[in-house]
Amino acid sequence: MELLSGADMLIRSLQDEGIEYIYGYPGGAALHIYDALFRQDKVKHILVRHEQAAVHMADGYARASGQPGTVLVTSGPGATNTITGIATAFMDSIPMVVLCGQVASTLIGEDAFQETDMIGVSRPVVKHNLSVRHPSEIPEIIRKAYYIASTGRPGPVVVDIPKDMTAPNERFEYAYPKKVKLRSYNPAIRGHAGQIKKAVDMMLAARRPIIYAGGGVILGKASGQLTELVRKLGFPVTNTLMGIGCYPASDKQHLGWLGMHGTYEANMAMHHSDLILAVGARFDDRVTNATEKFCPGARIIHIDIDPASISKTIDADVPIVGPVDAVLKEMLALVKESKEKPDAEALSSWWKQIDEWRAFHGMRYETSPDVIKPQEVVEMLCRLTNGDAFVTSDVGQHQMFAAQYYKFDKPNRWINSGGLGTMGFGLPAAMGVKLNYPDDEVLCITGEGSIQMNIQELSTCNQYNLPVKIINLNNQSLGMVRQWQDMNYESRHSHSYMESLPDFIKLAEAYGHVGVRIDRKEDLEPKLKEVLAMKDKLVFVDIQVDRFEHVYPMQVARGCMKDMWLSKTERV
Amino acid sequence: MRRIISVLLENEPGALSRVVGLFSQRNYNIETLTVAPTEDETLSRLTVTTSGSDRVIEQITKQLNKLVEVVKLVDLTEGPHIERELMLVKLKATGSQRAEIKRTVDIFRGQIVDVTSSVYTVQLAGDSDKLDGFIQAIGTSGVLEVVRSGVSGIARGEKVLSL
Repeated sequence: MELLSGADMLIRSLQDEGIEYIYGYPGGAALHIYDALFRQDKVKHILVRHEQAAVHMADGYARASGQPGTVLVTSGPGATNTITGIATAFMDSIPMVVLCGQVASTLIGEDAFQETDMIGVSRPVVKHNLSVRHPSEIPEIIRKAYYIASTGRPGPVVVDIPKDMTAPNERFEYAYPKKVKLRSYNPAIRGHAGQIKKAVDMMLAARRPIIYAGGGVILGKASGQLTELVRKLGFPVTNTLMGIGCYPASDKQHLGWLGMHGTYEANMAMHHSDLILAVGARFDDRVTNATEKFCPGARIIHIDIDPASISKTIDADVPIVGPVDAVLKEMLALVKESKEKPDAEALSSWWKQIDEWRAFHGMRYETSPDVIKPQEVVEMLCRLTNGDAFVTSDVGQHQMFAAQYYKFDKPNRWINSGGLGTMGFGLPAAMGVKLNYPDDEVLCITGEGSIQMNIQELSTCNQYNLPVKIINLNNQSLGMVRQWQDMNYESRHSHSYMESLPDFIKLAEAYGHVGVRIDRKEDLEPKLKEVLAMKDKLVFVDIQVDRFEHVYPMQVARGCMKDMWLSKTERV
Repeated sequence: MRRIISVLLENEPGALSRVVGLFSQRNYNIETLTVAPTEDETLSRLTVTTSGSDRVIEQITKQLNKLVEVVKLVDLTEGPHIERELMLVKLKATGSQRAEIKRTVDIFRGQIVDVTSSVYTVQLAGDSDKLDGFIQAIGTSGVLEVVRSGVSGIARGEKVLSL
């Protein structure tokens, strides 16, 4: 057997795990590892400018590919800088392994230079974390980390590696385990057959059914099964912000996404339904509005890999714990062989009602002859890229506009921080996607607030030639904060506007990229076309949009699903 | 409602902090907590008493089960069970008090385990109500110091919590 140092074992383990790219930043406690990286060429390292961005890059890759991302940082500040990124991945159940250097085990607890208790600091925002206590454990720990991160309900796993565990002069036998078994960790591999049968009976008897699909469908790679089931049953389907793309947006059975800024028809259909089939969704507060008023007439079937997501905020009548793809497959088989068929008459009157809601056009917005509306920018981008780009976003109004007006027909293409709502996510996530999908169009739709939270990564883009397109919907204010202040604080705009914005064009140029400003409506389409034609350039497009626009629909706070503002003056 | 949740936990550094952290992170209540290794040295047994609505208790057990190092758990209060807590209490014991305390200790089936000219140290085991009852009977004015172990519990009959 081969004898390797801890650092070499770590990198060999990554090779054997099939890891192509890792994202990171070196520092004292990680230097043995960085030296091992230098002495091989299979695992490629991307040097970011801030550790948070390394995590978002790994995250963007993981969301686009369904594979776990990998991060390598040093101890202390290197490790703590990853926390926001880890929490972002945790809230959205993104598989990821974060390797952190640590001070030598002999120094732990002595407040050594760049020492932080990363196991303790990360504990509330990881699926699990592991600490290396002997170099020979490294291969098994790495295999465990990827196994835990990517099975069951996925999530980030932190591995804390004291510097003496990677010392070059001590060598150990290396063998990468094919499998690990953890007696205390056994994610469900199928749903309960009896519950599935019960659920299917309820579905076939329903008169006003709706399918409510979440990010779990994408994480569980079950878009195919979901689409087949929805079409077979003829039911309407809505999805969460995280579930965008799990069912084709252009399909007639799709009602758009639901919740706080969801479509009128999706929220109305949820509220009036008599049966909700929740698939890989968690009844988040941005979906349900006031839980005590949630969908009063609906019985609920809830499929989720995580039992703790079931009946957490909304009680499920039929809970089904299991992987969504396996459960949907069984459901589909039962539906196909069942003598019962969905009640065609009831369904047709349900669809008639839904079509009336649709005809109401809850998503309309006012256009203006001279001011550029953020919504029209997104609509135009969707048209110019045939709805087929990867779109990452930051957090705020631009995120909602991007999600509302870009129509995704495929999963894994809409990439945003839904759970934690992390400003600064968009650019590094786009970089992670572009690096791994160099031939695809990657747009980062952002705002002038969010983009400045990780703007330093323009430098990384230059180093690795990552020609993403940054679409800065510049309204010169923290738009969503301002919207809430308009609606709830009598327009007292406390710290929500941005004075002294940088010249983004010069900034982009300073980092070696192209900057394009669009401030006249007639320039929008020709300039966007020019931008998209610059395939091998990162282009920072600074678009001056309507400063006073709000995102609608917007659910009325503490109301039920169907209580919505449709414009500044119109409430239903 | 008060619940006693008994957990088999991997006997690993940091495992206990995950359990305790979970309770504070999710705003669950811990009334007592005991933990010690079992006859299988790879496992610790942890008993936590908590309270909350049925929804909260269901979440507590589900969230605990999600922790990678939690091997198994049971809500003992769902069935017949035995619970015990150990208390050591130091009491002011002078003059006529000494006989009175001795009598009360006997009634509660406790033991005086240490004696000085002015102090008795009493050991008492039982469910939490019994220990509370003893303190009440003695009267708080005579109590110098109390240390309680927290609740340990086990199911009655054939039912066992093991691998």
